[in-house]
Amino acid sequence: MNYKPIDWADERLGIAKFSRKSLNKIFPDHWSFMLGEIAMYSFFVLLGTGVFLTLFFVPSTADTIYHGSYAPLDGHVVSQAYASTLNLSFNVRAGLVMRQMHHWAANVFVAAIVVHLLRIFFTGAFRKPREINWLIGSLLLMMAILEGFLGYSLPDDLISGTGIRIAYSITLSIPVVGSYLASFLFGGQFPGNSIIPRFYTIHILLIPALMAGLLGAHLAIMWHQKHTQFKGKGRTENNVVGVAMWPAYALQAGGFFFLTAAVLAALGGLVQINPIWMYGQYIPYKVSYAVQPDWYMGWLDGALRLFPSWEITGFGHMIPTIFFPAVLLPGVTFGLLMAWPWIERWFTKDYEAHNLLDNPRDSAWRTSIGVGVMAFYMVLFFASSTDVLANAFSLSLNFVLWAFRVLIFVIPPVAAYVAYKVAREASSAPKAGKPRKAMVVFRSPEGEYSAEESGPRLEVDMKFSALHGSEPKPLPEEAKLHGNEAEGGVTLENPASSRSSVTAVIPQEIEEQPDGGSGANQVPRGTPGAGGGLFSPHNWKMPKGRKDSEEEK
Amino acid sequence: MTLGGLGFGIVAWGKYLVPQGPYVQDREELKSSASEREVLIESLERGSKLIERRSFLAKLLGASVAAFGVITLFPFIRSLGPQPKKMLFVTNWKKGSALVRSDGTKVRATDLEVGGILTVFPEGHAGGAISQTVLIRPSFQDIVTKPGRESWGPQGYLAYSKVCTHAGCPVGLYQELTQQLLCPCHQSLFDVMTGANPVFGPAPRPLPQLPLEIDSQGYLRAQAGYDEPIGPGFWERA
Repeated sequence: MNYKPIDWADERLGIAKFSRKSLNKIFPDHWSFMLGEIAMYSFFVLLGTGVFLTLFFVPSTADTIYHGSYAPLDGHVVSQAYASTLNLSFNVRAGLVMRQMHHWAANVFVAAIVVHLLRIFFTGAFRKPREINWLIGSLLLMMAILEGFLGYSLPDDLISGTGIRIAYSITLSIPVVGSYLASFLFGGQFPGNSIIPRFYTIHILLIPALMAGLLGAHLAIMWHQKHTQFKGKGRTENNVVGVAMWPAYALQAGGFFFLTAAVLAALGGLVQINPIWMYGQYIPYKVSYAVQPDWYMGWLDGALRLFPSWEITGFGHMIPTIFFPAVLLPGVTFGLLMAWPWIERWFTKDYEAHNLLDNPRDSAWRTSIGVGVMAFYMVLFFASSTDVLANAFSLSLNFVLWAFRVLIFVIPPVAAYVAYKVAREASSAPKAGKPRKAMVVFRSPEGEYSAEESGPRLEVDMKFSALHGSEPKPLPEEAKLHGNEAEGGVTLENPASSRSSVTAVIPQEIEEQPDGGSGANQVPRGTPGAGGGLFSPHNWKMPKGRKDSEEEK
Repeated sequence: MTLGGLGFGIVAWGKYLVPQGPYVQDREELKSSASEREVLIESLERGSKLIERRSFLAKLLGASVAAFGVITLFPFIRSLGPQPKKMLFVTNWKKGSALVRSDGTKVRATDLEVGGILTVFPEGHAGGAISQTVLIRPSFQDIVTKPGRESWGPQGYLAYSKVCTHAGCPVGLYQELTQQLLCPCHQSLFDVMTGANPVFGPAPRPLPQLPLEIDSQGYLRAQAGYDEPIGPGFWERA
């Protein structure tokens, strides 16, 4: 291998130290850690497909007569935004698949963020020192929802136009400044001609730039603070156990990007989404049945439907009814979300830093609150389809609405209570997962019985290994680095020795059973020839030790 | 397919062909040492003392930055849109406005059959979002008029603002059987026969009614504009 480029860059940028650390960075491995990655990769797909769309989209409400390949609308007067969306769908090569990928990626993006947030919440990963990243992540969620709504609004079709109308009414409903805000945002009264171009600028420039910046900060802070990890063998508050950045993690994560993109491309190519040619151009006095927004706006729509018709008037002023479900509710939602790490600390008085994750069943209170809140928003989400449900089940609209108004108060506490009980009963017993010791009973020639405690049984240990992974060890290169520095007279704490006391969970007998002995420990598992075959996520001690020792011979 | 194949290949490589560890690494403590923090605070203080010594200059600087901010911000905000003023209180309906369809043609009193419905606009503003009005000729005549509105519905015609008082969607669906108008956005129901009172759903107020008259040539006209602001509520609305 040619090392010249490395020398060249190191002499100018001093990259060796940083890059060495980065390549050797350890990433704890758990499927739920990929949720944030899905969000990030969807964001990349959004940027790519979005740039493509900007080349063909015309953000203007000026009238034009449509003469494209979509025959049913030929000769109709439509806005340029609508016409250009039709054109890029039907007359630009790969335009439709790009547009549908963009829309699907947006839906997946918000979904991945939400599920990622739930993972962070239920495992307690937001605790000190990670509150800042919790705030940044919450901001990213808010922006993603807003960004999705803006993008959804751009084609100027009948359904999204109705959504803009509702957004105008919501802006209007804000006390004191509402009518000014609405006027400044829309450049006058609804609908006006400014809103599509303005939404476009915010959608393609302002929010993506902010999100990219926040995402960078999110990642940089995570990188600096290192990942959290679940409890397990050899895992402590002060170490990180997992795969190395190079090459295992880089390959897995890089490949995962392609997998995410592949799923989004398949959705965009095969599953129709938002066929605006079927809705038609937005005309303010027309409206369609079963008007529904994208899924992440569903809870707001549901809240608008459920909230009673209370309007507060007095002193010559009015607080409109939609202020409560459409302004106050999101405000409280995101306010509480962002304040959660401090709220929880106020109750638990836990000021310690935490790098080990909680199993959700072990923190029953947090889990039950999370489940209750989730249930609340799920009910709101389903309430956004009261009319569709009433139709589907031949019920009266009246009944469905009142059912939801009752359920919104009943389901969350019930869900929380059930979650609490389940978590309590499923919580791990204090000694769960530890190898049990068997009693061995001896009979002497005289017929006398005596009992003796044996070492842990092998099967038990193997189960334990399978559950918690095998013994972690430092990277070979890192060990070398530490060794060299120690020889050079630098007094460094030897990480291997400081860890051994923690990691020696398995009693010594097991280690020494195969003739390989403790020496086998030093060989990184999975190196070519060391038997890390296709099915080796959790190698068992016995067979591996044997193979290793054969290598050595 | 290509993306998926690439993805599977690379992930499989990363998962099965390279060492997985588990490896272990120490976390470095995020917190700096106490002496480092002290040095930081001292450095900060050294700098800020140098600036505080010229406090007048510093205040001047702050004031000019603030003034600059206001000077740039004000025209920016003001050019975004007009002040609302009376904008939300009025529509394009005036005394004597003829009722026209979305294509601009005037509506005669004989145009609508009993049980019919039509979306109308003031003449010269066809298709307007704010002035859109729904004209109905209910199929039975037991209309309960509100006090003071006795003369507003000649020949059984009724005209209501089409903008929902909840969130502003067009109240587009007319159920002739029950004589109700339904807003498809959030399912508010308005009873046509009793002055478009909300009977169901989240809408807080009745739809404003437009007083109608029939001129000598048989065209429908507005006696006057709406007597209250149309559509959803806002702060200045009493």
